[in-house]
Amino acid sequence: MEKRVVFRSAWLPYLLVAPQIAITVVFFFWPAVQAIWYSFLLQDAFGLKTQFVGLQNFVTLFHDPHYLQSFKITAVFSVLVAGSGIVISLVLAAMADRVIRGALAYKTLLIWPYAVAPAIAGVLWAFMFAPSIGIVTYALKKMGVDWNWVVNGEQAMLLVVIAAVWNQISYNFLFFLAGLQSIPRSLIEAAAIDGAGPTRRFWSIVLPLLSPTTFFLLVINIVYAFFATFGVIDATTQGGPAGATQILVYKVFYDGVKAGDLGGSSAQSVVLMFIVITLTVIQFRFIERRVQY
Amino acid sequence: MFRVAIALMAALLAVPLAAAEKTAAKKTAAHKTVAPTQIQFWHAMSGARGAEIDALVARFNASQKKVRVVATYKGPYDVVERELFAAVRDKKAPHLVQIYELGTADMIAARDAVKPIWRLMVEAGTPLKHDAFVPPVAAYFSDSKGRLLALPFNTSTPVLYYNKDAFRKAGLDPEHAPKTWYQMPQALRAVLDAGAKCALTTTWPSWVLVENMGAWHNQPFATEDNGMDGNDARLNFNTRLMVRWVSMLASWYKAGYFSWSGRGNAAETRFASGECALLTASSSSYAELRRAARFDFGVAQLPYYDDFPDAPQNTLIGGAALWAMGGKTRVEYRAMAKFIAYLAQPDVQAHWHQTTGYVPITKAAYELTEKSGFYLSHPGHQVAVRQLLLRNPTRESKGIRLGHFLQIRAIIEDELEAVWADRATPIDALNAAVERGNTLLSQFDRATKPAKKKAAKGRKTSAAK
Repeated sequence: MEKRVVFRSAWLPYLLVAPQIAITVVFFFWPAVQAIWYSFLLQDAFGLKTQFVGLQNFVTLFHDPHYLQSFKITAVFSVLVAGSGIVISLVLAAMADRVIRGALAYKTLLIWPYAVAPAIAGVLWAFMFAPSIGIVTYALKKMGVDWNWVVNGEQAMLLVVIAAVWNQISYNFLFFLAGLQSIPRSLIEAAAIDGAGPTRRFWSIVLPLLSPTTFFLLVINIVYAFFATFGVIDATTQGGPAGATQILVYKVFYDGVKAGDLGGSSAQSVVLMFIVITLTVIQFRFIERRVQY
Repeated sequence: MFRVAIALMAALLAVPLAAAEKTAAKKTAAHKTVAPTQIQFWHAMSGARGAEIDALVARFNASQKKVRVVATYKGPYDVVERELFAAVRDKKAPHLVQIYELGTADMIAARDAVKPIWRLMVEAGTPLKHDAFVPPVAAYFSDSKGRLLALPFNTSTPVLYYNKDAFRKAGLDPEHAPKTWYQMPQALRAVLDAGAKCALTTTWPSWVLVENMGAWHNQPFATEDNGMDGNDARLNFNTRLMVRWVSMLASWYKAGYFSWSGRGNAAETRFASGECALLTASSSSYAELRRAARFDFGVAQLPYYDDFPDAPQNTLIGGAALWAMGGKTRVEYRAMAKFIAYLAQPDVQAHWHQTTGYVPITKAAYELTEKSGFYLSHPGHQVAVRQLLLRNPTRESKGIRLGHFLQIRAIIEDELEAVWADRATPIDALNAAVERGNTLLSQFDRATKPAKKKAAKGRKTSAAK
């Protein structure tokens, strides 16, 4: 039953994928190669003097205990962002899928946050949670919670996780909703006739059938947490207090873009690139086996 | 992917636009017999200060016909510097650029990209008189021979702001803020007892609490005259003064006397809203605080420890200077010199000082302002000037000029946060900050060392390509 489309012309398929390849080369391979090259250089901020220093940048990096600490923080951050992002959006999608009246309004509202740039999302949340003037802070103080993320590292972490997750929920939600809608009604009805309740139907039928979507989102969300969240951090905690939210990608951004240290920053981004490549390989080799297509 | 596509589209659209702009520029040039020389000037002043720059430039453009300065707001200080890094790499640097004090070492190290102001002015035949400038301001932007490398433009220094209403409520004298840090706790206790939610807080913590505290007590921040004397400076601010000071702040933090508002200037809002009764902040915050605060507040000299024999010495300047970029034509250099000469005029300076709250950079501008009676109605403006002029600057108080200063500041604030969170003792935190900062300094040192054998080799290979 497999459909096969065969191109008659030899060059047409190449032409058709060419734009995608070109974009990937220009925006991914070229910068990646440059990052690797720069990671061996020591340069002043203006690029006036360049020295080849071999692995010196990496040696400095791994001698810095704060850089190693940053690995732990990144791990915690990514697990929290990817985990809670997926769970919350799955719940929201399951609920939105059952709504009959006003479904479009719910869905639109849930997709909305994706249009907000991460830095703006960060500012919004930082404002609501601002230690003295934030509205949420005010409510928390009434409840007896001492909310002060400029000193308390755990609270700062919580804040950046909330901002990062909120921004990503819409994306996850869209995929889960599409996944839910493609589950054949007959399967669920058959289970209902056999006497399975809503919870049982969810765990035994819906969730396994959603596993390809979940797996895809897991990969995407981990990549998101590792790479795309520096805007949130920069707009809120700037890595503080005392390095509690200093995730790897923020340090890359800070050292390279803000402080003009291209060599050190490139070395960090090369390290980051290898971490994400390894993580993705692991995900595909070990987790994908458990996915039921 | 979507964002990438948008960026691509924007880039494609920009190409014909830029081309159209060029032909338009050519046309106008052809029409007039003598077109004014255009000078690109990048700055970091937004809001009221940005409007003030625009007005200043408009006045200059109207005053003569040969030079036209085009002022462009490029974003906050760090963004301007970042844009400059990129522009120099692409060989598209503007003529003049406003760079904050943290970038001074970067600019000085970039010998091949920058045109020193003194040379620019000498070549144009209108040299600046060095002794016309306020000493600590001029010292900071001069080379070891005392020649001005950049034109100090907007400078400020930390002062103490206090809520007079809160002082009255607490039974304190609203006309006299605590003069020393030893008198401070009683005042802090009193305002808290009188119902203030927060007593003392600060903006820009590293600048106020560490860098300026050192200079104010004539204590070092780094070797080599705080880096003013060379790139091989190393941090050494882990002094007896700092250990005592940070320990004191830590105990104040625990007692609720001192409140941490994070990095940057978030503390300003906390003072302006009436939440915090005392604030250490830049003298240039005055206008903004005046606008936002609905209560009576005073400006006082930064407190000090009176058992340090040299205290109070003088505080350091913060703010920015105008740098002239190299690689321009002779005509352009002359045009730049004209604008610089205009900016250094006493009346222009005095106007800038009075409208923005920045410290006057020339003695003449200060005297002009004093004569006009401005300080009688604006006593706050004078506190900062007096603090800077208190004594002749020493090796420890002329200024701090270090590479990677932005990151060093972040490290200091990072370590201070660890102290407040009770995760490090003051002495450990200070030692750690010094050690971490020195790693960066040695890196900066290596990256900017004048070309030796190695660099020469690198040049040969690149030429072969």
